[in-house]
Amino acid sequence: MLGFVVRRLALTLPVAWIVITLVFGLIHLVPGDPIAQMLGEGSSVTEVARLRHELGLDRPVIEQYRNYLLGLYHGNLGVSFRDQQPVADSIRARYPATIELAVAALGFSLLFSIPAGVISAIRKGRFADRALGLVSLLGVSLPNFALGPLLILLFSIGLGLLPVSGRNGISHLILPAVTLGMGIAAMTMRMVRSSMLEEIHQDYIRTARAKGLRERTVLFKHALRNGLLPVITILGLQTGALLAGAFVTETIFSWPGLGRLTIQAINARDYPLVQGCILAITLTYILVNLLTDVMYSMIDPRIRL
Amino acid sequence: MMKLFGNNKLAITGFLIASFLAIAALLAPWLIPYDPAGQDLSNRLDGPSWHHPFGNDELGRDILSRLLMGARVSMRVGGAVVLLSGVAGVLIGGLAGYVGGKLDIFVTVIVIDSLMAFPGILLAIALVAFLGPGLDRLIFALVIIGWVGYARLARGQVLKIKTLEFVEAARALGASSARIFFLHVLPSIVQPVLVQASIGMATAVLAEATLSFLGLGIAAPAPSWGAMLNDGRNHLFDAPHMVVFPSVALVLTVLSFNILADAFRDWLDPKSLKS
Repeated sequence: MLGFVVRRLALTLPVAWIVITLVFGLIHLVPGDPIAQMLGEGSSVTEVARLRHELGLDRPVIEQYRNYLLGLYHGNLGVSFRDQQPVADSIRARYPATIELAVAALGFSLLFSIPAGVISAIRKGRFADRALGLVSLLGVSLPNFALGPLLILLFSIGLGLLPVSGRNGISHLILPAVTLGMGIAAMTMRMVRSSMLEEIHQDYIRTARAKGLRERTVLFKHALRNGLLPVITILGLQTGALLAGAFVTETIFSWPGLGRLTIQAINARDYPLVQGCILAITLTYILVNLLTDVMYSMIDPRIRL
Repeated sequence: MMKLFGNNKLAITGFLIASFLAIAALLAPWLIPYDPAGQDLSNRLDGPSWHHPFGNDELGRDILSRLLMGARVSMRVGGAVVLLSGVAGVLIGGLAGYVGGKLDIFVTVIVIDSLMAFPGILLAIALVAFLGPGLDRLIFALVIIGWVGYARLARGQVLKIKTLEFVEAARALGASSARIFFLHVLPSIVQPVLVQASIGMATAVLAEATLSFLGLGIAAPAPSWGAMLNDGRNHLFDAPHMVVFPSVALVLTVLSFNILADAFRDWLDPKSLKS
């Protein structure tokens, strides 16, 4: 087990280093002078030179890169251009809100997809299966920036049940979590359905039934346990969709998370803050993928071979 | 077409919707009833009527005209991204699989794995954030994240095909490596690439709309479905039609290309044909 974790970590570290290097290089993609872009039209040559010096962009690229890596090592992601706050502090302040939203969205998608997938599999070809199939097709095809406003229209404006925006308790979390989790729920439901269909025709299930076990025990204690294995991998991969989807969902619901902070930073051309946010989100994704693989290897030891 | 879709009504519907959208996008300049950028402030936020079947937006612009011109933007971005990323991905991934060795390790481990380390369209958001908005930059950013899927697919397919007997036979007949790769191996992987292209079209349309929704896509006043949805967000209380119609257009487009991808997959999978 330890060997597997070390091997997997050895594969992750170079990727993380390349990602850090790519994020460092982003500022050099800005057409023209990034400093002039940040300051906007009408900025004086002195101002441009001062800011360039402050951000260290007047030094050789290699030195900039070395300083960037050293800064990262000490948890220093630079200083926000607009509010002069350390980027790491801004990220730390917004990070919990994004994680809270992502966890709630994941929770919603599991609560919906597992029972729906099982029902769909045991009722294959019947009305429930078809209806859930349609829901999953819509869930996959309905982007969160269309679903979010439609949910607000229905539940906030139409029925007056839930608040439109902000972060203040469970009631504020429901609509953003459903918006963010719907696509993953639909995809996971399809996965659970096909996985369960495969399992319920296996010999061990026939044996369990022949032993006289109750159908609920056969389905949930025997078939579902094995049927959920591939779902874990899918969920790990879907974390990327969750983190990327947070940009849109947080914008729609004015959720004070990292996604919204990134968009605000992009609009303000606050490049150090944008770099910091992108790095934080990507490293989180890499870490979640690593943890998913380790978890998967704990559940299914064959993966370590 | 019947051979491709058989009695699959859903697939035929998907094909019809996708064709309708493509034709609407192509003929949009002649179909639009009003100038999509033409403002009529006296009739701003008006709901659907005979004169404006989908209503007006906050500047009194006709939503139907903007949707039709927006379809043009979506199809243009989708088509360009699928074509460019498809060609780049198939060539790079195919060559990596065919040549193998260090080139394969460089492409798969260093390039592809690093790009895949960015979640979803975050890399496209990052690229557009630093490159600045614009149609060509948007397409570039989407190609950078899009070609990876084709490369992985092409690599896997080529690895499988290069060991088959017809490739051995071509080599035994004295065909050069380039000839075998371009004339024998690549034509054999066209079908799975078609499935990927159909999914890629839906993904590209969605990604364009997402970036435009976030204000990082096509610059105003050019119509884009994502930007229209973003405008509509501020008028959910007084003009919900501003959100409903672009949402429906977007869902129908993504749905039709996803259904087409399913149909292509069924067509290619002998197991599903038997059933």
